[in-house]
Amino acid sequence: MDSNIRLMKGNEAIAEAAIRHGVDAYFGYPITPQSEIIEYLAKEDPFTKRNGMVVLQAESEIAAINMVYGAAGCGKKAMTSSSSPGISLKQEGVSYLAGAELPCVIVNVVRGGPGLGTIQPSQADYFQSVKGGGHGDYHMIVLAPSTVQEQYDFVALGFDLAFKYRTPLLILSDGAIGQMMEKVVLSEEKPRDNTVPDWAIVGKTPNRERNYITSLFLDAEVQENQNKRLQKKYTEIRQNEVRFEEFMTHDAEYLIVAYGISARISQKVVETARNQGIKLGMLRPITLWPFPSKRLVELSQQLQGILCVEMSAGQMVEDVKLAVECKIPVKHYGRMGGIIASPTEVFENFKTLFL
Amino acid sequence: MKDLEAYKKELLAQGAKKIFSKTKNLTDTAFSYCGGCGHGVAHRLIMEVVEELGITQDTIGVAPVGCSVIAYEFMNIDMIQAAHGRATAVATGMKRVLPEKYVFSYQGDGDLAAIGTGETIHTCNRGENIAIFFINNGIYGMTGGQMAPTTLPGMKSSTSPYGRNLDTMGHPLSLTEMIAQLHGTYYVTRQSVHTPANIRKCKQAIKKAFENQKLQKGLSFVEIVSNCNSGWKMPPVEANKWMEEHMFAAYPLGDIKLPKE
Repeated sequence: MDSNIRLMKGNEAIAEAAIRHGVDAYFGYPITPQSEIIEYLAKEDPFTKRNGMVVLQAESEIAAINMVYGAAGCGKKAMTSSSSPGISLKQEGVSYLAGAELPCVIVNVVRGGPGLGTIQPSQADYFQSVKGGGHGDYHMIVLAPSTVQEQYDFVALGFDLAFKYRTPLLILSDGAIGQMMEKVVLSEEKPRDNTVPDWAIVGKTPNRERNYITSLFLDAEVQENQNKRLQKKYTEIRQNEVRFEEFMTHDAEYLIVAYGISARISQKVVETARNQGIKLGMLRPITLWPFPSKRLVELSQQLQGILCVEMSAGQMVEDVKLAVECKIPVKHYGRMGGIIASPTEVFENFKTLFL
Repeated sequence: MKDLEAYKKELLAQGAKKIFSKTKNLTDTAFSYCGGCGHGVAHRLIMEVVEELGITQDTIGVAPVGCSVIAYEFMNIDMIQAAHGRATAVATGMKRVLPEKYVFSYQGDGDLAAIGTGETIHTCNRGENIAIFFINNGIYGMTGGQMAPTTLPGMKSSTSPYGRNLDTMGHPLSLTEMIAQLHGTYYVTRQSVHTPANIRKCKQAIKKAFENQKLQKGLSFVEIVSNCNSGWKMPPVEANKWMEEHMFAAYPLGDIKLPKE
């Protein structure tokens, strides 16, 4: 058997990916359902046993994201992970990372809320992830894995994109993908990269001006120019980095839009519908920000309706409505509080809503 | 106004000897601090020490939120500005990925001892091999003179206009004594910069903090009790006198924890 194929939990896949991709540092705080990430890293102990990657359990999620801010400021690949309430705590830090244009990867293994909520899977942090979360005009690139393999792959992709655009990037997972076990094809272990970006804080050498990293621009005009620069970057990301996957859309008359674990369930719904002669297809956004709006507009020309399947009260559905400008019916179906809808349940609701 | 460079040349031509110059580790940007404030002196001392130890290219600093939020405008070294209270967490992240560099945070009392209490205690408790410089002036200067954790009993501020009431507002927090109890701290001292003698002592303490870092001894914590004449609504000389009488009584100067030899 290929030793690079392993049966892993989604959370473990993220941890192993971090080591193999040559991430320099992980800072985290335990919270269910993602504690396996820091536990796996602690057990592997890459700092002494593998490639020198720093792993530190912080005293809080707030401290962890600020440690990421420090390490990222040094030009290093730094990451953190948490679940919903912990991610809320990190939002100030995320806003600073965006404002100071520092790259990093943040993982949210979402659980049901609001408040302390439940430890069961949910997708109710969509708004927080794609609409800001913290203060000020900013976006994070948001990747939504739907398999354990993608949990693994998106760590490398995440750092590539984060460094390309100097922006924090979020991997928006959920308690189901974090906890379930699947086959993962592992990549070769990469050595950690010692390249120092020219903007990094590493000590001022006599041959250059000092570097400083800040998100403070007291002069309103300077701040507005900084905002314009950020917006220009976001436009570039919108143009270049939209990712999605389609399933049986070529002749579809109806479309399900779903991401993460909901996309896994919806794929089954599409198969069931097709067996009954209903022309249903699915679009799975892989980047939730930037959102595949353009493709939805194209598809909407052939569609009679769109069903958004999300484990929330209906959040992504707003972006779908915006994309197609409500020119065709767009409905939402989802369970909340940590309950995963069954394919049968989704199919029955699809029929009630559209047929 | 005379051209400064021309004037310097003129003086030197007349046989004047240069006996003092500003460290290259300070930029030419004029300090934004009020006249009489201790921040400028504290900045200068830290930057002089870094230059004298020859570690400029290996030193990175963390600026807080507060009056010294733009410390990076004045300190001519690589720096990062941190969220309010989080400077020591940021410094931890930096030191962990660049253990060979000298890392320090520079924080006021609101930043370090109120909103950042958790980060301060845990960074000290982990014994991070960094230096923390803590400017304690008993008030929030930048936001306009509100009550700080270190505001003295009965002391007036814009959020304790009738004086700090211990029954409802709690007691002044001596975080420096608290962290001295932790196993992770190596060197803890309290200094001031209001007289030439105190400036010299403070500089020695700052130097020791960087030397400890070089020897990988762990965490050095230098508190600098300072005035805030604007926030205290006193002229600078009076503020220094008030500081000696009242602040030093609550926050006595001297070493609190010395390394065990």
